[in-house]
Amino acid sequence: MPVIVAEDISKKYIIDHQRKNGSPSLRDIVTEKVDKMFSRKQDNSDFAEKEEFWALRDVNFSIDQGDRIGIVGHNGAGKSTLLKILSRITEPTTGQIKIDGRIASLLEVGTGFHPELTGRENIFLNGAILGMAKSEIRQSFDAIVDFAGVEKFLDTPVKRYSSGMYVRLGFAIAAHLNPEILIVDEVLAVGDTEFQKKCLGKMRDVSESGRTLIFVSHNLTAIQALCNKSFYFEKGMLIDQGETTHIVTNYLSKVSHKTLEKHWDNIESAPGNDQVRVKRFKLFPEYQDDLNHIDVRTPINFQFEFWNLVEGASLNLSMHLYTFTGECIFNVGTQAETFSKGLVSGVCEIPGHFLNDGSYVVSMMIVKDTSTVLYNMEEALIFDIEDYRENVTWYGKWPGYIRPQLNFSIRQTEHVVND
Amino acid sequence: MATQHTITIKAGGSEKDYWKDLWLNRQLLWILSKRDISVRYKQTLLGVAWSVLRPIMTMTVMVFVFSYLAKIKSDPGVPYPLMVLSGLTIWTFFANTFTQISNSILINGNLVSKVYFPRLLMPLSSIAVGFVDFLIAFGIFMVMTLFFKHPISWNIVFLPCFILLTFITSLGFGLFFAVLNVRFRDIGQLIPFLVQVGMYAVPVAYSSTLAKGTWFEKYYNLNPLVGIIDGFRWCLLGDKAYFNPQSLYSTTIISFSILILSLIYFRKKEKTFVDHI
Repeated sequence: MPVIVAEDISKKYIIDHQRKNGSPSLRDIVTEKVDKMFSRKQDNSDFAEKEEFWALRDVNFSIDQGDRIGIVGHNGAGKSTLLKILSRITEPTTGQIKIDGRIASLLEVGTGFHPELTGRENIFLNGAILGMAKSEIRQSFDAIVDFAGVEKFLDTPVKRYSSGMYVRLGFAIAAHLNPEILIVDEVLAVGDTEFQKKCLGKMRDVSESGRTLIFVSHNLTAIQALCNKSFYFEKGMLIDQGETTHIVTNYLSKVSHKTLEKHWDNIESAPGNDQVRVKRFKLFPEYQDDLNHIDVRTPINFQFEFWNLVEGASLNLSMHLYTFTGECIFNVGTQAETFSKGLVSGVCEIPGHFLNDGSYVVSMMIVKDTSTVLYNMEEALIFDIEDYRENVTWYGKWPGYIRPQLNFSIRQTEHVVND
Repeated sequence: MATQHTITIKAGGSEKDYWKDLWLNRQLLWILSKRDISVRYKQTLLGVAWSVLRPIMTMTVMVFVFSYLAKIKSDPGVPYPLMVLSGLTIWTFFANTFTQISNSILINGNLVSKVYFPRLLMPLSSIAVGFVDFLIAFGIFMVMTLFFKHPISWNIVFLPCFILLTFITSLGFGLFFAVLNVRFRDIGQLIPFLVQVGMYAVPVAYSSTLAKGTWFEKYYNLNPLVGIIDGFRWCLLGDKAYFNPQSLYSTTIISFSILILSLIYFRKKEKTFVDHI
């Protein structure tokens, strides 16, 4: 039975190009009006300055009771606008949504917390803001305090809380809302890993008790773990919906800005100089499980081909791998060899289970006599590695640049015999 | 945010259930009011004493400047300090609530963009602080009446009417400026200035008999606060204080018209608050 039915939802915003910094001041408006009075031009400046922007366009969907819906898409794809409409913070420009059931939305943790008030006072304040009756808050007060783990600080103003405590208290209140439909926006981005686990557990409880969950996150692992169905938004349109695994794969194959290959057929226009010219730099992933994206298990081969234009040159290759933010993870080089004129090709393999998930950038250098850099092809290839985990119930960001599988084991070394 | 069981969201959809939602959220109104009151004097040395000190200090300064230096006369038979203090009490109530209502949407901006509830709750809840201050100032006034041995008049039974009128007027002006304040941050600069100048435009430091017979009397009396302050004084100080009961009609009509117009304006604009916060 559908609990939410959306028909042709669209939301239009007017972008004001003239005013870039927030609200226009009165002076702007007055100047504009005066300008208009004196310049008698019947111009259409109004139309020129304002541009329509459709944050959502003709969105249709229906959500059944007990569904756990994940929403994926780029920043600006319309996810947040949809949540705002569902939470009634803003109205759709056209279309309508029918919602059957008590709905609670958690777009932010600790909405309306007042820094000067104590934890206790803020529980009542925030609960009321989220729509709980006083009696309900009183009923679940102990559970909230317990979940957040702030017993000792109940009578301390929340401005003295650590950011972790603040977030925990905020989520704890929301988690005890007991709505029939729960809307959650990216709250897992904050808080420590222990707490993230608790949140996901709580959200799973919500869905298992037959209630409906709508969850927006950039953490695809969490979405895959929690949601049975997903919506994929792009440029304000709902372009795909269905089983979560299917949607996530589809999303991943479309989102990355990767450069997996560069090649030049014409030696004249190829990058390089009068000694070497680059023909091809290509990345070959050995995909696992019929998936067409690279995850932490995937071995990756790099093939680099160039024209050597100098007879008898002693050359070697040197490859740098950087994180997307520019830290160098490693540098590997080949042995130097003597080549005659013609094509030279080098291959490097990065094994699976080596790099952590993230975006990586590769540069390749051609070095002469193991000392002179003939040509450095910077930021030549860019690729993403997606997360993949097995037998793990924790979904926080895995730390580190590399994620090697090392021989690391535990075993029992002594048995304590109970008397 | 929690609402009743079945809702339909569409453009203009919130119109129908607006007043019902407002009623359903009355607990939130109460809690927001309580919040504003309890954070008022947090981390101050003197705390609530400020609510007592401020009116006394202002009165002292005004008595000194207007009575002692400028030699302004009060209505015959009314001690000047009592005249100033009564005017000041009701004017401060108006000024405080007006300022707080005007800023209420911006101050609660984080709520506007994160949860739904009828936006009118925010201006309504911001009245509480001003009212508490008013009660304290009123207590001070009563003590001063005893001190000056001025008899308390039976007119005092009409006092709630004038308090209500002040409330309506401040809500009327406040709602209008609250909407403008969201759109134009200039209003935040303008409000303290309006309040400062406003105090001289209404009979706080002087009696409105001074305006009698002048060319601007007509316009002067259009200001609803003139009638309210005169009436408030008349309730507390008795028939010796000047009050023209005729002005009550125009005051009431003007106050209510302003409130209704502002309310319409507020309701029309509240949906776009989230875009400007």
